Amino acid sequence: MSHQSELIATDIDAYLKQHENKELLRFLTCGSVDDGKSTLIGRLLFDSKMVYEDQLAALEVDSKKFGTTGGGFDPALLTDGLKAEREQGITIDVAYRYFSTAKRKFIIADCPGHEQYTRNMATGASTCDLAIILIDARPDHGVMEQTKRHSFIVSLLGIKHVLVAVNKMDLVDFSEERFDEIIQEYRDFATRLDMPDQHFVPISALNGDNLLEHSENTPWYEGSTLMHHLENVHIASDRNLIDFRFPVQYVNRPNLDFRGFCGTIASGVVKKGDEVMSLPSRARSRVKSIVTFDGNVDEAFAPQAITLTTEDEIDISRGDTIVRPDNLPQVTDRFDATVVWMADEPLLPGRDYIIKHCTRLASCKVTTLRYRIDVNTLHRTPTPSLGLNEIGRVLIKANQPLSFDGYRDNRSTGAFILIDRVSNITVGAGMILDRKTAEQSDHWDDEASESLEVRTSPVTAEEREARYGQKAATVLLTGMPAAGKTPIANAIERMLFDRGRAVVVIDGQNMRRGLSRDLGFSTDDRSENVRRAAEVAKTLNNAGLITIAAFVAPHEEVRQRAAEVVGRERFLVAHVAAPVEWCREHDDQGVYTKADAGEMPGFTGTSGEYEVPAKPDLVLPTSELSFDECAAKVVEMLEARGVI
Amino acid sequence: MSSYSLTHLKQLEAESIHIIREVVSEFRNPVMLFSMGKDSCVMLHLARKAFYPAKPPFPLLLIDTTWNFRAMYEFRDRYIIGELGMECLVHSNEEGLKQGLNPFVIGSKAFTEVMNLGALRQALDKYDFDAAFGGGRRDEEKSRAKERVYSFRNAEHAWDPKNQRPELWNLYNGLVHKGEQIRAFPLSNWTELDIWQYIHLEDIQIVPAYYAAEREVVEFDGNLIAVDDDRMPEELRKTAKPMWVRFRTLGCYPLTGATPSRASTLPEIIQEMLLATRSEREGRAIDKDPGASMEEKKKQGYY
Repeated sequence: MSHQSELIATDIDAYLKQHENKELLRFLTCGSVDDGKSTLIGRLLFDSKMVYEDQLAALEVDSKKFGTTGGGFDPALLTDGLKAEREQGITIDVAYRYFSTAKRKFIIADCPGHEQYTRNMATGASTCDLAIILIDARPDHGVMEQTKRHSFIVSLLGIKHVLVAVNKMDLVDFSEERFDEIIQEYRDFATRLDMPDQHFVPISALNGDNLLEHSENTPWYEGSTLMHHLENVHIASDRNLIDFRFPVQYVNRPNLDFRGFCGTIASGVVKKGDEVMSLPSRARSRVKSIVTFDGNVDEAFAPQAITLTTEDEIDISRGDTIVRPDNLPQVTDRFDATVVWMADEPLLPGRDYIIKHCTRLASCKVTTLRYRIDVNTLHRTPTPSLGLNEIGRVLIKANQPLSFDGYRDNRSTGAFILIDRVSNITVGAGMILDRKTAEQSDHWDDEASESLEVRTSPVTAEEREARYGQKAATVLLTGMPAAGKTPIANAIERMLFDRGRAVVVIDGQNMRRGLSRDLGFSTDDRSENVRRAAEVAKTLNNAGLITIAAFVAPHEEVRQRAAEVVGRERFLVAHVAAPVEWCREHDDQGVYTKADAGEMPGFTGTSGEYEVPAKPDLVLPTSELSFDECAAKVVEMLEARGVI
Repeated sequence: MSSYSLTHLKQLEAESIHIIREVVSEFRNPVMLFSMGKDSCVMLHLARKAFYPAKPPFPLLLIDTTWNFRAMYEFRDRYIIGELGMECLVHSNEEGLKQGLNPFVIGSKAFTEVMNLGALRQALDKYDFDAAFGGGRRDEEKSRAKERVYSFRNAEHAWDPKNQRPELWNLYNGLVHKGEQIRAFPLSNWTELDIWQYIHLEDIQIVPAYYAAEREVVEFDGNLIAVDDDRMPEELRKTAKPMWVRFRTLGCYPLTGATPSRASTLPEIIQEMLLATRSEREGRAIDKDPGASMEEKKKQGYY
């Protein structure tokens, strides 16, 4: 068993010495159904002598019964575990395999290539340092949709090292040209992913080319073999040794004289005498001792499992995190995250779930489901719920503060799972986004600083109503570009002004010239522009003025949020509805022409979608009515609602 | 390697300690299944590390078929209870004992079914344990390769391979309903070689039967079976011959095949194992039942 080494037979003590100092590398293998994944793993196990004779004998019987190689030796059968799967000929769950060489011990997370098993791949990837992505070299194969999906999940789960194994090179005559073509295709796609280290090897898993030894069939290939790369890829610096985080697992109190905090160091280093702080209480003390079964030590580092004692009796319990006061994680009950959904029952915003983060269990709600990410195209689409194997961006609100870091910086303190309250099943896996870097443009849920006081005006709303002879309200004119929002807004302003009313118009373009000069046209920037406009409208309404807001505001969610900011009771939505053909004809500024020329990606009306308001207070068909007629309808509505 | 790196064994050790502490923190009434084999000894050693300077805050549970090697009982009394001071619960299937089930007579399958599986289920119910540590490793057998660290069992102790919880990072989901339990496997990622190396490095005490010695053995059902006591049928005992052997796994002596060997030190055992061409489970009669034998047993509640 194991790799053969002459040392075993000649000097077992020397061999053991050598093997005490091996490193551990965890990797996962992913590929489409017929890419040869199981064959590759079977081959690695077989060639590293991890298969015993009796297992091999059983395998020969199995090869005849279930094999896909016509009764010949089928290494894939070494790795298929459960009976039902064997009969189906597909691996349907994550299976773990082990082998070792003189340099490293390897743990393989054997992940399925099957379409609907995103959840299993995410599971396997969560603990891995490296991913082998198999690509079938044959024409009509290459970089497939599944290759992209797998690569995306690999990058999402924070795996830094990717080894792309271009398999079945024997079936394309070991063509260098084909190999280069696939590399190029893969690289073009992977630029959109966070994948810092990529390595490409041309192999034949079935015949063993470039697995352990350089193949004579690929004299043009000068890179390392697959095994050489696995043995040498540098992973030591992947660990975060900077930010000390110690989630407390267990408080050890065998007697009155000893009180130790047990846990696994999630990241960083701790030394005896260090000043430490417990979160969320912020109580401070110093490290008195670092206790282990093998004696006290002066320092410890991730991922060691240790016991800490402190100089002072401070109250620390399971779920708290011990850190250094000069290097704090974020401590809050709200955060943004990417979630992989793993249950048949969909994720529903507003529902209660249990969250497990580090060693803490808490109750939480997914307050907002921002969008779903299509794992094949990476496109973001708004969605009311998230189904099995779907990935989405969410905002989570927990019932207590959690101490976390962004997943990119810290895989241990940035990860969590969601558990169903009734069934106790693990339903989702989440990766926390560091808001400082992730998405500065979204501030709908930001909380104002606690030090700010709410200023109340000495002038009351009633006094203002009496002065102006009107109630304050905001009318949002929403619609496609060039549907007539601004001309209608101007007409309303003139009519109200002429009747002696105090009225203001704000529109998207004017906002962008000033207050929102820093924003672009991405979904998030558009959302932020509307948020700012809503704050402006609120201020104007508070001052007693009627506000007419002319904005494309294409997303229902954003419009709803604007209503919340302004106040639903004084927020009216008028849908300026015109067919896109009509808008194009009346496009005086030529924005559609620019969008057609590709100058405005995500432009509403061409590549960007406009969501028709679900329940508008008024619909203004500009293709049928004149702008003045539309304006008159708005004024009528304001009268009917008692605003004027 | 730089000073801030861990060898693979130290990394495995840290992960196992994490799992053990997590189970103890989240479960009401945990127990450690202790077979007295080498894996059990490593698991107990890790538990002692996890809670040092305290003793592990849970009892050990021995499912006693009454047919284990005498050396195993001696080891338990002298070392586990005597020296380490561990609480050691013992449970046997009384019904089976009354019937005087004899593995030499009824065979491995029926015997194991009643005296191991049956007794284990009885004991877990009797003491109302909601979590049981087991020494299973994923490298032992094909269907074990997919086993979770927290293996979820329903109120009937059954394992449903289609309905296990996804397990990500080191975030284990230990929420169970009343009556349901988990089996926790802190050694999931260890291989047989890791276990032996760790025993060697940490100087962990194991039952002497693992070391080669001259023993009286007979041939029975294709295995070399040691004459451990006089319950072995007379006609078999008559065929006994002295031979240098050791055992790669330990359990009921009539069901545990010996390997011819002269390896009487740990390095020699490891050397032999590395040069061996047959897997350790081969000595176990239980695994020779056809097909996915272990998988079937797990569905019935085997650990």
